[in-house]
Amino acid sequence: MSSTALYNDQGGAETAVEAGQESTSSTGAAFGLFSADFKKNEDLKEMLESNKESHKLEAMKRIVGLIAKGKNASELFPAVVKNVASKNIELKKLVYVYLVRYAEEQQDLALLSISTFQRALKDPNQFIRASALRVLSSIRVPIIVPIMMLAIKEASTDLSPYVRKTSAHAIQKLYSLDPDQKEQLIEVIEKLLKDKSTLVAGSVVMAFEEVCPDRIDLIHKNYRKLCNLLVDVEEWGQVVIISMLTRYARTQFINPWKEDGLDENNETAFYDSDSERNQTEAKPYIMDPDHRLLLRNTKPLLQSRNTAVVMSVAQLYWHLAPKHEVSVVTKSLVRLLRSHREVQFIVLQNIATMSIQRKGMFEPFMKSFYVRSTDPTNIKTLKLEILTNLANEANISTILREFQTYVKSQDKEFAAATIQAIGRCATNISEVADTCLNGLVQLLSNRDETVVAESVVVIKKLLQTQPSQHSEIIKHMAKLFDNITVPMARASILWLIGEYCEKVPKIAPDVLRKMAKTFTTEEDIVKLQTVNLAAKLYLTNSKQTKLLTQYILNLGKYDQNYDIRDRTRFIRQLIVPSEKSSALNKYARRILLASKPAPVLESAFKDRDRYQLGTLSHSLNIKATGYQELCDWPTIAPDASVRNVEIIEPVNEWVPKAGKSKQRKSEKFYSDEEEDRDEAGSESSSTEDSSSSSSEESDKSSSASEKTSSESEANSIDLFALLCSQVTTSSFSPVKTYDLLHHMSAKGLAAKYHFPRQPCLYQPCMVAVQVILTNCSDHNLEEIHIGDRIPASLNIHCFNTIERLEPGAAVTVSMGIDFSDSTQAANFQLCTKSDKFNVSIQPVVGELLTPSTMTEEDFCMEQTFVFYFHCLSDIPLCFLCLVMGPSCR
Amino acid sequence: MIHSLFLINASGDIFLEKHWKSVVSRSVCDYFFEAQERASEPENVPPVIPTPHHYLISVLRHRIYFVAVIQSEVPPLFVIEFLHRVVDTFQDYFGVCTEAAIKDNVVVVYELLEEMLDNGFPLATESNILKELIKPPTILRTMVNTITGSTNVGEQLPTGQLSVVPWRRTGVKYTNNEAYFDVVEEIDAIIDKSGSTITAEIQGVIDACVKLTGMPDLTLSFMNPRLLDDVSFHPCVRFKRWEAERILSFIPPDGNFRLLSYHVSSQNLVAIPVYVKHNITFREGSSQGRFDLTLGPKQTMGKAVESVLVSSQLPRGVLNVNLNPSQGTYTFDPVTKLLSWDVGKINPQKLPSLKGSMSLQAGASKPDENPTFNIQFKIQQMAISGLKVNRLDMYGEKYKPFKGIKYMTKAGKFQVRT
Repeated sequence: MSSTALYNDQGGAETAVEAGQESTSSTGAAFGLFSADFKKNEDLKEMLESNKESHKLEAMKRIVGLIAKGKNASELFPAVVKNVASKNIELKKLVYVYLVRYAEEQQDLALLSISTFQRALKDPNQFIRASALRVLSSIRVPIIVPIMMLAIKEASTDLSPYVRKTSAHAIQKLYSLDPDQKEQLIEVIEKLLKDKSTLVAGSVVMAFEEVCPDRIDLIHKNYRKLCNLLVDVEEWGQVVIISMLTRYARTQFINPWKEDGLDENNETAFYDSDSERNQTEAKPYIMDPDHRLLLRNTKPLLQSRNTAVVMSVAQLYWHLAPKHEVSVVTKSLVRLLRSHREVQFIVLQNIATMSIQRKGMFEPFMKSFYVRSTDPTNIKTLKLEILTNLANEANISTILREFQTYVKSQDKEFAAATIQAIGRCATNISEVADTCLNGLVQLLSNRDETVVAESVVVIKKLLQTQPSQHSEIIKHMAKLFDNITVPMARASILWLIGEYCEKVPKIAPDVLRKMAKTFTTEEDIVKLQTVNLAAKLYLTNSKQTKLLTQYILNLGKYDQNYDIRDRTRFIRQLIVPSEKSSALNKYARRILLASKPAPVLESAFKDRDRYQLGTLSHSLNIKATGYQELCDWPTIAPDASVRNVEIIEPVNEWVPKAGKSKQRKSEKFYSDEEEDRDEAGSESSSTEDSSSSSSEESDKSSSASEKTSSESEANSIDLFALLCSQVTTSSFSPVKTYDLLHHMSAKGLAAKYHFPRQPCLYQPCMVAVQVILTNCSDHNLEEIHIGDRIPASLNIHCFNTIERLEPGAAVTVSMGIDFSDSTQAANFQLCTKSDKFNVSIQPVVGELLTPSTMTEEDFCMEQTFVFYFHCLSDIPLCFLCLVMGPSCR
Repeated sequence: MIHSLFLINASGDIFLEKHWKSVVSRSVCDYFFEAQERASEPENVPPVIPTPHHYLISVLRHRIYFVAVIQSEVPPLFVIEFLHRVVDTFQDYFGVCTEAAIKDNVVVVYELLEEMLDNGFPLATESNILKELIKPPTILRTMVNTITGSTNVGEQLPTGQLSVVPWRRTGVKYTNNEAYFDVVEEIDAIIDKSGSTITAEIQGVIDACVKLTGMPDLTLSFMNPRLLDDVSFHPCVRFKRWEAERILSFIPPDGNFRLLSYHVSSQNLVAIPVYVKHNITFREGSSQGRFDLTLGPKQTMGKAVESVLVSSQLPRGVLNVNLNPSQGTYTFDPVTKLLSWDVGKINPQKLPSLKGSMSLQAGASKPDENPTFNIQFKIQQMAISGLKVNRLDMYGEKYKPFKGIKYMTKAGKFQVRT
C-alpha cells in the first residue's frame, strides 16, 4: 500500500515537473520571443497551406525538428492533418510521424484522418495497406477501437505476410489502448499463430506475450512449427520466441536434471562432470523428443551475431538442458565479452550467477575474466566476482597472484573490492586462509586509507572464523588504530578488541582510554562500538575500566543520536548492578560475550538465480513489472500428444490413426531428414485443419492459399506421400471438402465435393467423388444433372438426375471420374432445369491413389524401390504415377 | 518494449527525443542524470537504471548517451543490442555519429527511427532494407533535392523485407564487379612485469565489401578452418554447410558488411609481435622519478610493425614529465595524467625508446603502483593466427568478378603491466 502511495506521489511529482517545464518554456517564449515565435508557427501554417509540395515538405521537416527537440507543435494540427492524403511519400510519412505524436492530444481532429487510412487499407499495394494499419493503430484515440479491431481482423487474413505482421503489431497497440478487447484479440492471435510465414512468427509471439502469456494452450499445436521456423525468423523475433518457448518447456516437459533432486544445487556434483555424465546415462530418463527438438534447433543460434539472441539461447540451455549439455553455451558467452561495454556488463552479470552453481563451465576460460586497467569499474568488479566464484584449490594461487596486481590498482574502489574478494577466497578455501590473512595484514601498512580500511573489515571477518591464535594481528591493528580514520574500519577494530579483550588484556583498556578522549567527535558507528567495548571490558576487567566505562556511558546518555542514547541506557541497565536491576543482570556476561557465529562471506549473486537469466529482473535483482516467473518442472509430464496435431497431421492424412507404431516411425523420418517435405506436409494439413473447424471466413481464406499449395504439390510429385498411401486402409475417410460451385454465382445452387478415398464402384479406373448439393435459394431447384463435358471424351459416371431440391435442403451424390492418372482438371457442366454452370474438379495427386494394405516387409521393399527411382530423377514422373497408380492395380 | 528514446550529449542536454508509444516526459532522464553524477567516469554509469515507473537502459557511444525508456520486463541485451544497431545505422548514414551530424539530419534520423521500431518492437534493422526505404543523404543528393524538390524517401517500396534473402537488395547493378575481403585479427593480451604473457588470445573478423551484380552465390573456403574455434556469422551464411564442410556459403548483402567474426582456439600459442623493456622507478623522498621505455619487434615473420601508439595512465602523483623520444612524438596531459607516445613504425635496427624523468608532487609519498601501458600497432599482410583463405568461388551469375583478400593484424586490448 505504502509503496503504491509513494509511487503515486512520485508520479504526481513527475507530472508536476512536466507541467512546470512546459509552463516555463511557454512563458519564456511569451516573454522573450513572443512575436517571433508566434510568427514562426504562423509561417509554418502558411507554408503548409500553400500549393507547392516543396513548401509543405519544408514546413513538415521543420515541424519534425521541433518534435525532435521536444517542443510543442500541437497547434499546427489542423494544418498538418490536411496533408494526410498527400501523394508525396516523404510528406505523407512526416505527416504520419506528426499524427502519431499528437493524435492522442487532439482526438477530435485526429478523426479527420481516419477515412484516409480506411481507404488505404484496401489499397492493392501491400506496403500501403501495412503502413495505413500501422498508423491507424498507433493513433491512440479510444473512439476508433472498433475500427481498429475490424482492420486488425481483416489484415490478419491478408495474403501478404507483411500486412499480417503489421496486424500482429497492431494487436499489442489495441490491447494497451483498450484491454477489454482481450477475448477478440486472442482469437486473432490464435489465428496468426498458425501462420507459416517467418515474417509473422516473431511479431505474433510478441503479441501473445503481451496480451495473453498465460494461454499456453494456444502454443501446443504450433510448438513444433515454431521450433522448426526459428532459425529463419528475423533476429529480434528469435529472442522473443526463445524466451516464450523457455517458459513453455518448463511447463510441459519433465526435469532432465537428476531425478533424485537432492543434489540439484550441489556444487560438488558439478566439479566432476565425467562422473555426472555416467550417472545420467545410467538413469532411465528419456527426454521428450519435443524437448530435444527445441534444444537442437536453438543451438545454431549461438552463432548469431546478435548478442541478445546468443544470451537468450544461453538462458534456454541453462534452464532447460540436461546439466552436462549446458556447457555448450560457454564459448559463445565468452565471445560476447568482446562486445560493447554495456553488453559485457549484462553478460558478466549472467555469468556471475551461472558460475556460482557451475564452476566447471567457465573455469577453462578463467583468463578471459582477467581485469584490464582500461575496463570501467563496474566491469572490473563483475570480473572480480566471477574470478572469486571460480576459485578452487587448483587455481587459487594463480588467482591470488592476479589479485595482488589488482590491489595496487589506482582505482581504489576496485582495490577495495579486490580485498573483499581475497577475504571470500580465504573463507571458501581453507588451505589459503593463512596466506590470505598474511597478505591482508601486509596491506594494513598500505598508504591508501580505503585499502587499509577495507583490509581491516575483511580481517575482522576472517579472524572471527578462527580467532584462536591471532592475538598478534589484533595487537597490530590496535597499533594502527590511531592512523585509521575510516569509521567502518575503526568500528571493526573496536569490535575485534572488545570481542577478544581477554586475549589482549593490556591493550584493550588503553584503547578504551583513547576512545573516551575522542568519543564526542567520532562517527555514530564508532560510538556504538565504543559503548560495546566499554561494556565488555567492564565485565571482564572492571577493576581497570570501571570509571572509564561510566564516563563513556555518561557521554552516550546525552548524545544527539537516539540509537546511541538507547544503547547506552540498555547497556547501563544490563551491566551496572543497582537496587532495581533486573534479572538480566546476572546474564550480562553471557549475553555480551556469547560466542558469535562467523559471518559467511558469499557472493552478491548468490540469490540472483531466483530470476530467469537474461531478464531485466535478473540484471536489477528486483522483480520488474511484467516479469513472468519461470515455473518449476512438472513432476509428471503433461500429455505430450497435445502437440501432435500439427506435425502428425500430414501423416494422418494418409495413415490410419490405428497404426500408432508406424506413425512414430514415419514421424521420425520426417523430422530427421526431410525437413522441406515436412513443411509442405504441414501446410496441407493445416488447411485441412482450418476447414474442418470450418468457419465461413477462414474457409475462404484457406481456399485461396489452398490453390497455390495444391498446385505446387501437384507439380512436385511427392514420392513419400506415394509411399504412405500404400499403407493406408480403405477405412480412412478424409474431411477436406472443396467448393465446386458457389451459390452466389449459380442462382442459389451450391455444390461442394470431396474425395471419399474409396475404390470407385463404377469402374476401377475411376476416382470416387462425392458431391454435396445444397439449395441456398428460396425456390425449388429441379432436374439437377450433369451436362456436357470438356473434353467430350472425359469418362464420367454421372449421378442420377435429382428431380427436385427444396429450399435449404441438401443432398449427397456420388460420381466417378476417370482422371486418366493425371492432375488435369475434369471440366463439365452442372445443369438445372433452367441453367447450366461450368464447373471443374482438379484432383490433388494423392487423391488419384487407391488405398491398399500390405505387410511391413512389402512396405520396406516398395520403399527401396521408390527410392531407387528417386535417384534417377529424370525418369518421367507420370511413369511413376502409372506404376503406383490405381489403373495398374 | 522500447517506449521512448532520449539522446543526451556530454554536457547533459537532451537534444533529441522520440516516442513510440504515449509520450514519456523528459523529466524521467533526471534519474539518469543522478546516476551519472554518482558515477566517477562516464563509462561507469550503469547500463540499467530502475526508476519508480520506468527502467532506463542506456549505451554510450561517441560521447552520446542513448537512453531507452522501458516500462516492463524485457531482456536488457535486446534493448542494448538494438541501441547499438541504431548507432551503427547513423554512422552508416552520416559517416559519423556526432551530435552535430544528428542535428543536421534530424528528419532522416526521425524517419529512420520510425522505420526501425514499430510500437517499440524492431521492424527493419537491416541496413540494406533501410537504405531502400530512406536514401542516405549525400552532398549531391541534398543539392539535387533542394533544386528539384525531390525527396530522400525511396520512391519504390522495398521488396527485400519479403524475400528469402532480406539482407540483399534486388536489382543490384555494377559495371565493375568486385568482392573484397579483409581478414583482420586482433591480439588481446596482458603481459606482466617480467615480460611473460599472462593471457593472450586472437579474435578475428572478416569484413567484406561486395559489389556484385544480380544474385551471386559465393563460397569461401579456408586452408586451415580448424583454427577457428568459435564463430559468429552474418545471417546470410548457411550454417549447415559450415557445420558439414567448413565452407562459408552465402548470398552476400550489397556493400560493406561483417561476414564472420571468430575466435582462435586458445590451445594455439599466440605469437606476441612486440616486446617492451621498461624501467620506471620512483624514489622514496625524492620528487623525481626515472622513466625508460624501449619497444622492439619479435615474431613478426619479417613484416614491419606500424602505427605503433603507446599510451598510459600515470599515477596521480606525477606532476609533469620530461622525456626524450628517439622517434615519434609524445604528449602528456597534466590534468588527466595521460601519456601517449606516437611511435610510428618500429625499425628493428634502431629500436624506438622514450627516456627521461618525471617530476612528482613535492612531499607526496611514492605511488605504489607502476603504470600500465596500452599498446596499439598494425601489421599489414599477415594474419597472426596463420589463417589463410583458400579460394573464393561465385555461382549463379555469368560474369567474372574481381576478387581480393587482404590480411591485417592489430593490437586489440594489448596491455603491459609494469
